[in-house]
Amino acid sequence: MAVSINKNGQKIWAVRDRNAQLTRWFVYFVTVAVIMYCWQTISEATTWFFVLDAPRIAGDIGGRAMPPKWSYINELWKPLWDTINIATIGTVLSLIIAVPVAFMAARNTTPHQKLCRAPALLIIVSSRSINSLIWALLLVAIIGPGIFAGTIAIALRSIGFCAKLLYEAIEEIDEKQVEAITATGASRWQVMAYAIVPQIMPSFAGISVFRWDINIRESTVLGLVGAGGIGLQMQSSLNVLAWPQVSLILLVIFAAVILSEMVSAKVRAAII
Amino acid sequence: MNASMTASRKWRKPPMIKNPLMRWGLISGCLIYLVLAFGSFDVNWARVYEGLDRGWQFILAFSKPDFLSRKSDIIDGMAESAIMTITSTACGILISIPIGLGAARNIAPLPVYLVCRGVIAISRALHEIIVAILLVAIFGFGPFAGFVTLSFATIGFLAKLLAEDIEDTDRSQAEAIKATGASWWQWVTYGIQPQVMPRLIGLSMYRLDINFRESAILGLVGAGGIGATLNTAFDRYEFDTAAAIIIMIIVIVMFLEYLSGVIRARLQ
Amino acid sequence: MLHLNKLTKQYATGDMALKSVELEIPKGQVVALIGPSGAGKSTLIRCINRLVEPTSGSVILNGKELTKLGSGALRQARRRMGMIFQEYALVERLTVMENVLSGRLGYVGFWRSFLRKYPQSDVDEAFRLLERVGLDHMADKRADELSGGQRQRVGIARALIQDPELLLVDEPTASLDPKTSRQIMRLICELCAERNLAAIINIHDVALAQMFVQRVIGLRFGEVVYDGPPDQLKPDILTEIYGEEDWEATIEAIDEDDEAEQGAVA
Repeated sequence: MAVSINKNGQKIWAVRDRNAQLTRWFVYFVTVAVIMYCWQTISEATTWFFVLDAPRIAGDIGGRAMPPKWSYINELWKPLWDTINIATIGTVLSLIIAVPVAFMAARNTTPHQKLCRAPALLIIVSSRSINSLIWALLLVAIIGPGIFAGTIAIALRSIGFCAKLLYEAIEEIDEKQVEAITATGASRWQVMAYAIVPQIMPSFAGISVFRWDINIRESTVLGLVGAGGIGLQMQSSLNVLAWPQVSLILLVIFAAVILSEMVSAKVRAAII
Repeated sequence: MNASMTASRKWRKPPMIKNPLMRWGLISGCLIYLVLAFGSFDVNWARVYEGLDRGWQFILAFSKPDFLSRKSDIIDGMAESAIMTITSTACGILISIPIGLGAARNIAPLPVYLVCRGVIAISRALHEIIVAILLVAIFGFGPFAGFVTLSFATIGFLAKLLAEDIEDTDRSQAEAIKATGASWWQWVTYGIQPQVMPRLIGLSMYRLDINFRESAILGLVGAGGIGATLNTAFDRYEFDTAAAIIIMIIVIVMFLEYLSGVIRARLQ
Repeated sequence: MLHLNKLTKQYATGDMALKSVELEIPKGQVVALIGPSGAGKSTLIRCINRLVEPTSGSVILNGKELTKLGSGALRQARRRMGMIFQEYALVERLTVMENVLSGRLGYVGFWRSFLRKYPQSDVDEAFRLLERVGLDHMADKRADELSGGQRQRVGIARALIQDPELLLVDEPTASLDPKTSRQIMRLICELCAERNLAAIINIHDVALAQMFVQRVIGLRFGEVVYDGPPDQLKPDILTEIYGEEDWEATIEAIDEDDEAEQGAVA
């Protein structure tokens, strides 16, 4: 807010003074320029003929995909079961590792600021930065294709996510309860079990279910790189352009994701 | 009423689920599931054992990442990822705002609300990679398909959180503006926008970060970005190049996180 | 029994919270510690059980110097000092019984406490204490379902089950209404008398302090400026502790003791 006096001696009010306003315009200008430049680059790399032709092609594919090949569903039960297992067991494995990492990363529980907190934060950021599909790609190259690679990929990606949310929850606990338990002469582990764990239990449960829900979604595509689950069927159907099968798989995935989201929302509501 | 009555009173922590049938049912259900799930895991341990050596080499590759032998591929891929990230985030934000307004029950009429919520639900349920596959089939290979994919995914994320934020805004502030006789647009810009703006900016920064991470995988299905380079590196077992790319992704994500932290701190 | 010798605390920010405090408290004496906010009352009692590390000086409990103890010995020493907190500081998501039993943590091993397998004698004592503070029917309620006064009683039971020689009480009534405040103060003082416990009670309600304790210590800017019986607290002394204000009304309030409430706590 700025009030200035013009040459007639009247007070003029404006939201910002002149310098702030100029800075603001400058930032806007740079942002728009960057976005325009990026857009131009994409535009150059695009064959606009295909894009203009897209509605026709989309219609064509849509036409071929309808109706879904319902009889194919019998071949999808097993992959669907695998998909759910990848997500569930991957989540469980990730939690087993995420809990100690979170305790090392939280400022108030870390045994040592430099020796423990820094590596824990590094684990969290590395795990979070790398998409589970990349983890899967890597694991397929290392340990071969299959559900196992998918499960480990999901677990590796989830460690960072769960540990980050969990350590934020640990940092937000009520320190007075910790103080009270410490004052009784409790040991370090007892303080953990009595003052810290009960306080973070609801967040822990919420985070696990939330991540499980995300993992169901992620595990549906792991098959594309050979890491098991329903994505494998999708990949092979796409390879032979069997669009009616693809549309059925998409419907199944859609249903699975919606169901898992409902389960997760229900469970989280019950906890809180 | 004294010690003699309470002397032998046993105490036990009350169980979390009161009904014993339900409790044991849940526990055994979980156990049965775990047994079945692990049972359907047929791990080829010989293959895993063989792979351990390759895994170790991959870890070693991090100590000597190779940025140079595929330098031009890496630079092109990274530039394409960055460009896709920036354009799709900008485009996603622009579309999310009207959809977010429409998906907030307290300011939108019911039909608009249902349509907007539907768009959000579809965008959230489909994994980016699936959308990318379909869009590559439609638009052809290249960053345009990636751009549309990420924009679409941004809508599901941003519009949903924006709508929830608008629904949580303080009613009295909005009412006070309405009471001045403001029009719908004035009401939104004075009564709602100031309340949700800081969080919208924070969320946009966060989404920029997510879009960058997602752009790294779109290349796997031909939708542009660094993913293609990474995929090739894995296929050829060039772990040192793969390590270089992964390190770059981690560093950029860390930088973006730091940046969004700074911006969010300045807004508050 | 408790002796503080030149106890000094300087925070990392440079604030001198305690300046060479000298104090001697005999067995069974209940002492009120009064003073304005920021006078160092909380710091003083936290320096005694070393929730706050004193900068220099010594704390001697029954001839044992506490400031030099290692972590194991410190835990043993803490068992003999019960602490009661301003906002109860119960573990909200545990039951009343678990909160009371948590007072025994210094005595039982980790796995026993983790599995909630306390010795029967501890459980008996916990029930006795809950009955004494009037909450034995609440044992399996979760702590966050209780009212303020009830929570503070659980806090008292937790401190007493430690079998302490000394109670450190930090603003026990600050979050309670006037009636409950008196009941809680009365309960603490009765229990101290029953068990011949010494206690240091931080309190900023001067009238309430005068009503219940035998000795008052006034703290200002980390220094003891008054140490004597409650009835010697004259307006000029209160002015020295708290600053200029009309004190007559505060002191007179003590005379109208309400007999009616006696026995409300059973």
